[in-house]
Amino acid sequence: MRYKRDPDLIRKVIGRKVQFVMGDTACVYGSLLAGCSFFAGYPITPASEIAEEMSRLLPRVGGVYIQMEDEIGSISAVIGASWAGAKSMTATSGPGFSLMMENYGYAIMSETPCVIVNVQRVGPSTGQPTRGAQGDMMQARWGTHGDVEALVLAPSTVQECFDLTIEAFNLTERYRHPVCVMMDGEIGHLREKVVIPDEDEMKIVDRVVADKDDDFLPFDVSKKTGRKVPDFPTFGKGFKVHVTGLTHDTRGLPATDSQEEHEKLIKRIVSKIADDRDKLTMVEKVHLDDAETAFVTYGASARATEAAVERARKEGKKVGMLRLKLVWPFPIKEIRKLADQVEKIIVPEMNLGQIVHPVREYAEGKCEVISAPKVGGEMHTVEEVYRYIEG
Amino acid sequence: MQELSAELIRKKYLRDEMWPSIFCNGCGIGNVLDYTLRAIEELNLDLDEIVFVSGIGCSSRLPGYINADGLHTTHGRAIAFATGVKAVNPDLKVIVFTGDGDCAAIGGNHFIHAIRRNVDITVIMVNNFIYGMTGGQLAPTTPIGSRSTTSPYGNIEPPFDLCELAKVIGAPYVARWTVSHPYRPIKSIKRGIEKKGFAYIELLTPCPTAYGRRNRLGDIKELWKWYDENTILIEEYERIMKYGSDEEKERASKMIKIGVFQDIEKPEYFEEYYKLIDRLKEGGK
Ligand SMILES: Cc1ncc(C[n+]2csc(CCOP(=O)(O)OP(=O)(O)O)c2C)c(N)n1
Ligand code: SF4
Repeated sequence: MRYKRDPDLIRKVIGRKVQFVMGDTACVYGSLLAGCSFFAGYPITPASEIAEEMSRLLPRVGGVYIQMEDEIGSISAVIGASWAGAKSMTATSGPGFSLMMENYGYAIMSETPCVIVNVQRVGPSTGQPTRGAQGDMMQARWGTHGDVEALVLAPSTVQECFDLTIEAFNLTERYRHPVCVMMDGEIGHLREKVVIPDEDEMKIVDRVVADKDDDFLPFDVSKKTGRKVPDFPTFGKGFKVHVTGLTHDTRGLPATDSQEEHEKLIKRIVSKIADDRDKLTMVEKVHLDDAETAFVTYGASARATEAAVERARKEGKKVGMLRLKLVWPFPIKEIRKLADQVEKIIVPEMNLGQIVHPVREYAEGKCEVISAPKVGGEMHTVEEVYRYIEG
Repeated sequence: MQELSAELIRKKYLRDEMWPSIFCNGCGIGNVLDYTLRAIEELNLDLDEIVFVSGIGCSSRLPGYINADGLHTTHGRAIAFATGVKAVNPDLKVIVFTGDGDCAAIGGNHFIHAIRRNVDITVIMVNNFIYGMTGGQLAPTTPIGSRSTTSPYGNIEPPFDLCELAKVIGAPYVARWTVSHPYRPIKSIKRGIEKKGFAYIELLTPCPTAYGRRNRLGDIKELWKWYDENTILIEEYERIMKYGSDEEKERASKMIKIGVFQDIEKPEYFEEYYKLIDRLKEGGK
């Protein structure tokens, strides 16, 4: 690989430490600082600015940008690039995300680190191209065929578009599992302040690269760390690794007729994420300590929700908010705890009700769970959210 | 150079664990593998500097047999995956194995755009006129009149000539041969690997199970002979079209052209991209 992460150069290319930029741009800055050196994409509103900024900045830091012929080609190239050793990323919106689903599963099955940004817009189909939504949250979890886990982040602010993109790269490299950053059109195009942290304030995770031992198994529990994430055998280093989307054994060779091999493989791939659920959980708690009514929300929906909570508090109402920064794997423990504490959970989302379902599942009937949907490309108003508190 | 016996090839290049192969008796895909490895041997290349990429299909199983880095991807997408590998590490040689369905149907878009960009990969297309792996359905290469499980009354769709397509989009190297003779395929694969830019080598490959039998092309020996009887060298074809009798012309026009369709030099995409990176490093715009 020719690219080498050069923090000084990246910072020079990004520019000032404090900037007023769009969420899409903040996402690009985050990826560059994380060490992303390959981007493949296809233009689509409201994610095109990510591709545009990447085409401008990535070659300046020594990385490669390519506009592919479609989104299937984009994620294919991203996976290929990852096997050649690059931290790699693509960005799209609903229609492109749908096209990527087959290879999203390939990345999971082949344990390929890569980041997929989905700046969500209103669907189904072409829907409302310029309007933001949160309609792909279940697709990110269940959209590819077969049994999978998912690593899915949802930023609420432009600063978080930056922070969580870095987090996405760290998670994908650590777990060898694709990570989706589920922005939405509102956040993607919103301009807010971003503060670029200094090098020593940032944590950058690199993948654990394999040693060339005789008994190295490319698809087995790591010998170096003991974790369920295999060490990475980069192409071109003599590992002679065979990568396939077929059910494979620990050597990477097809085992398509073996029930045992399949179960073993899929259980390892799924549990390498699910086992770490509590460790992975990233939530923000606002006024939750004594709350009797709680909102559970994420992404852009959290903005009006937080304002509604503040208003309720001013009026002396015991209302709080649990904001999910990492939506999948689902924070089961946090929801159980919350359901024990409050009488009512309200779930505002810019869809007809998606994340309300796992909330209801893990509330286990211990409190009331209400969906607060909003569709059609407009965010909830504070008033709309507030009204759910009363009833 | 040592004469390479099948035994030696197996020892030097193949994964023991993968034997026996999934290929049927009389299938030509094994020959494609053999010719590719002989080309690599003759070029004296190190397997550790090569990545084999493939899609889905019988032919796309080939990387699994080679003891080298291999990326067996999804149906039709091999060339797009290969583009990513090449982008990040242009020092690697990237060889793509693909089938006619993989390359010309579901993967057609990636094929034409990788040629347009001129990405430095060598695509070895196994054309058996059929979808082998899924049991013999119609492919974009199935000849008119041929029977498949999804053209039970004979095919009425005109087939693609991917060599002509690759040539007009401007692939620097384009060749087609039958697998019934080793010399010319090996020579073309060598030339393709050495070519800076997109090289397309199509090998007409018998599939007795899913194509030959259904179209009554006889036993394995007869089927292999069919390929000699129904192909014509480009030069011979052109000579006949210029000087031949009407009868000869009629006969030649029904045959499949084999030979080198194109051999030119062009700027390669990632070489240009890395020049751009260097230019920007020096403060350029
Ligand atoms: C998206 C998708 N669609 C369909 C299939 C089923 N499928 C597997 S191989 C194949 C065709 C293979 O034909 P070809 O590419 O000509 O290769 P061959 O088997 O003849 O070598 C198809 C349709 C698939 N694996 N993925
Ligand atoms: S089905 Fe045809 S292409 Fe596939 S292995 Fe058998 S003979 Fe070869």
